Amino acid sequence: MSDVAAHEHHHDDHDHKPTGLGRWLFSTNHKDIGTMYLVFSLIMFFVGGAMAMVIRAELFQPGLQFVDPQFFNAMTTMHALIMIFGVIMPAGVGLANWMIPIMIGAPDMALPRMNNMSFWILPFAFAMLLATFFMEGGAPNGGWTMYPPLVTQLGEGFPYLIFTVHFLGVSSIMGAINIIATVFNMRAPGMGFMQLPLFVWTWIITAFLLIASMPVLAGAVTMLLTDKYFGTSFFVAAGGGDPVMFQHIFWFFGHPEVYILILPAFGIVSQIIPTFARKPLFGYESMVYATAAIAFLSFFVWAHHMFTVGMPLAGELFFMYATMSIAVPTGVKIFNWLATMWRGSMTFETPMLFALAFVILFSIGGFSGLMLGITPADFQYHDTYFVVAHFHYVLVTGALFALMAATYFWLPKWTGHMYDETLGQAHFWLSTISVNVLFFPQHFLGLAGMPRRIPDYAVQFTEWNMISSLGGFAFGLSQLLFVWVIIKCVREGKKADEQVWEGARGLEWTLPSPPPFHSFTVPPKVDASVAHS
Amino acid sequence: MSVRNMKTFMGALSSVLLLAAAPAWAEYALNLTEGVTPLSRNIYDLHMTIFYICCVIAVIVFGVMFWSIFHHRKSRGAQPAKFHHNTTVEIIWTAVPILILVVMAIPATKSLILIESTGDSDLTIKVTGHQWRWQYEYIEEGIEFFSSLDANSNEARQLKSGIDPSQIDNYLLEVDNPVVVPVGQKIRFMTTASDVIHSWWVPDLGWKRDSIPGFINESWAIIEEEGTYRGQCAELCGRDHAFMPIVLKAVSEDEYYDWVGEMMMVAMEAEAGADREWTMDELMAQGEQVYGTFCVACHQVNGMGIPGAFKPLVGSPIATGPVEDHIDVVMNGVAGTAMAPFGMQLNDVDIASVITYERNAWGNDMGDMVQPSTIAAMR
Ligand code: HEC
Ligand SMILES: [Cu+2]
Repeated sequence: MSDVAAHEHHHDDHDHKPTGLGRWLFSTNHKDIGTMYLVFSLIMFFVGGAMAMVIRAELFQPGLQFVDPQFFNAMTTMHALIMIFGVIMPAGVGLANWMIPIMIGAPDMALPRMNNMSFWILPFAFAMLLATFFMEGGAPNGGWTMYPPLVTQLGEGFPYLIFTVHFLGVSSIMGAINIIATVFNMRAPGMGFMQLPLFVWTWIITAFLLIASMPVLAGAVTMLLTDKYFGTSFFVAAGGGDPVMFQHIFWFFGHPEVYILILPAFGIVSQIIPTFARKPLFGYESMVYATAAIAFLSFFVWAHHMFTVGMPLAGELFFMYATMSIAVPTGVKIFNWLATMWRGSMTFETPMLFALAFVILFSIGGFSGLMLGITPADFQYHDTYFVVAHFHYVLVTGALFALMAATYFWLPKWTGHMYDETLGQAHFWLSTISVNVLFFPQHFLGLAGMPRRIPDYAVQFTEWNMISSLGGFAFGLSQLLFVWVIIKCVREGKKADEQVWEGARGLEWTLPSPPPFHSFTVPPKVDASVAHS
Repeated sequence: MSVRNMKTFMGALSSVLLLAAAPAWAEYALNLTEGVTPLSRNIYDLHMTIFYICCVIAVIVFGVMFWSIFHHRKSRGAQPAKFHHNTTVEIIWTAVPILILVVMAIPATKSLILIESTGDSDLTIKVTGHQWRWQYEYIEEGIEFFSSLDANSNEARQLKSGIDPSQIDNYLLEVDNPVVVPVGQKIRFMTTASDVIHSWWVPDLGWKRDSIPGFINESWAIIEEEGTYRGQCAELCGRDHAFMPIVLKAVSEDEYYDWVGEMMMVAMEAEAGADREWTMDELMAQGEQVYGTFCVACHQVNGMGIPGAFKPLVGSPIATGPVEDHIDVVMNGVAGTAMAPFGMQLNDVDIASVITYERNAWGNDMGDMVQPSTIAAMR
């Protein structure tokens, strides 16, 4: 204890921590910016979550009880946009900001001012997006996929939607450039690429995916804008354009995007399982190569999101085989995690519980994903609740669970306080049970023939929808506990030492908890004891 | 285990898993339908095959995981091993999945080839998606009609209607004019759309196909059992996406030809009507009906539209302005908005009457009328 305090004190004299609002507005400090990203995404999680509650309330029973169909469509559209761009992505970038410099022994991110800007764009972009609720024609309601011609029927909110997407793209690309610049230039001496922690590796690959795919999305939505306002016909059939072309372009972005959401989660889980198994990560190199392979393949499978638009047989076969092949590197990752656990000495604190739930539930999402990739079967599954179940398994019990695992894992490092383990585990069990009650029945609904994105349904779908809604409300409420655990930890958690977890390895655990405002101003020496294995 | 045996096994398995569920709907609500066409059965078998393969893999992988979680825990005194690499094992768990995938890909490729064999059809039906109804054209017979959500469901589905959906027969899955097809014949469906993208899906046929403006997609079905099969639009198409169902009636060949005869009679009567002069009352009555079917979803019963989305017609510069402009908007639509060109969808009588209706309803009181012959002359 006294050791830690002394350490902190020693840093005070060169810890010029700015005060007041200015500390946050003008921040160029990776830890503060990381914190802002994480808090922002937590807030947006509840905004997007509230929309999900409206959806589940309306779907609780057949008939329209609460909202107009068009508002319902706005709920599904905005829920998706917020959860993807406002929660999962910012949380990932927030973790990268906080952790990458202290994992690689760098004093800060390579481009601190750009870091500030890439964060501060987000609140403005989302304010603009949410403002569309008060405009004529309402918020975007044509689906987050923005397919024309439907999306161009949107009223005054349309240009705001397009510019929001542009802003989010700019923010993500700046974040990605920063991460690449940091990892390539600022690693501590002795830390080669093959000594990087896996979380850092997954983020480099994610950053390249962002840079490659975001501009494609920006181009596609710009064409929508000119189609609506400037008389072009990129996607207007009557003018010689091609509405299907938008889907090809969109999913050329969209499929890499799903890996942008999930690869950092792979990285997180690869940090947590070895820690709590007290055993080095199995197959480090194959993990890196598998991640890179997944990222590479993700550019060749986009059409599996749109098999039903009608493609030549050869095209359908190509995209089916390419999609199936992604199962191989994904399988390698799962097996490596299993082998890491094998003959380890495991304990099951909250981060480990979330990581293990991730492995199982993400795999279930992987299985349904494999089924969806089989083109003939997809002709039945496509655009049903089976798809809804699938992507919520990979994004909620996949990406989101990993983010929660990361929060519990690193919270003591960030705040210098332990969270309440009992409450953390309560949060885990409540979330895990309710999320399965919420999403598992949706597989049945989809197979039984319920289309997605509908506010009302035939009566034979009633039972499973009720069960799903109850699970949804329970899952929503459980997340309030998550916030409480964080607040309690910050305010009154007992002090954490620098190691925090018995099995933790890596440079971040050599710093005090919380780390000083400026860390590693002198590069640390990296040797085998702190490297990944 | 053959696929058929597996099915029995699956039945047993699902009953065991769902003891709590009422057996009456357990099977229907849990799994894909087998359907009534060669394609749908083929796809069902493929679905079950990949499902079982996934189940086996899941049992093995999760089994190993739980075994490890149980035995390799610190509280049981487990000491961590040091290994972090094993080339043989890594090669095996890369190669085995590849083999499994090949096993899945072979039947999948076969069914895909079958699905895409749309040639040699006996009957062609063109399916056009509109916001928010389907239009069917029997190319050989020259029959053409619209199919919309039936009135009972439509009443019950209004916001806070107070009507209990379970009291409505086939709530949201019933239409005014079903598509009638003969059993045992190869039917080719050509799907397209007039406004936004829709998707035509009857699960019992085994597939859905997007209907896209400017495109014609082909699919086929041979329906083996007489019966009524229901489906829905599967691609988000705006406000009433949930309310454009599909009802397909498969009947014997004799019944089918009777129906074709009837439909042709109706078409001839309609054509005869286009040549004569219509009175104001006739036009208003017909116009109200057309409006109620085709326009009301956007412009609303009271003609006030929905602010910001669908313009009002009450006192609108078009509906109370020069009649030529009004005809132009209705026939050619307004590019870049939800107002579709109705010239292709509606016949002369319908267009003339709905325009007359809009100019004289809700206090618009223009007093003028449009004759079907005027519309015919403008085509
Ligand atoms: C899918 C929704 C939709 C349907 C269905 C629809 N309309 Fe429209 N209608 C619109 C929209 C949107 C506009 C406004 C176009 C614009 O911005 O100029 C419009 C405009 C009009 C106008 C011009 C109003 C004005 O003051 O500019 C007329 C007349 C009209 N519609 C008639 C009809 C008729 C007749 C039908 C049925 C046969 C119909 N509409 C069906 C959406 C619809
Ligand atoms: Cu539709």
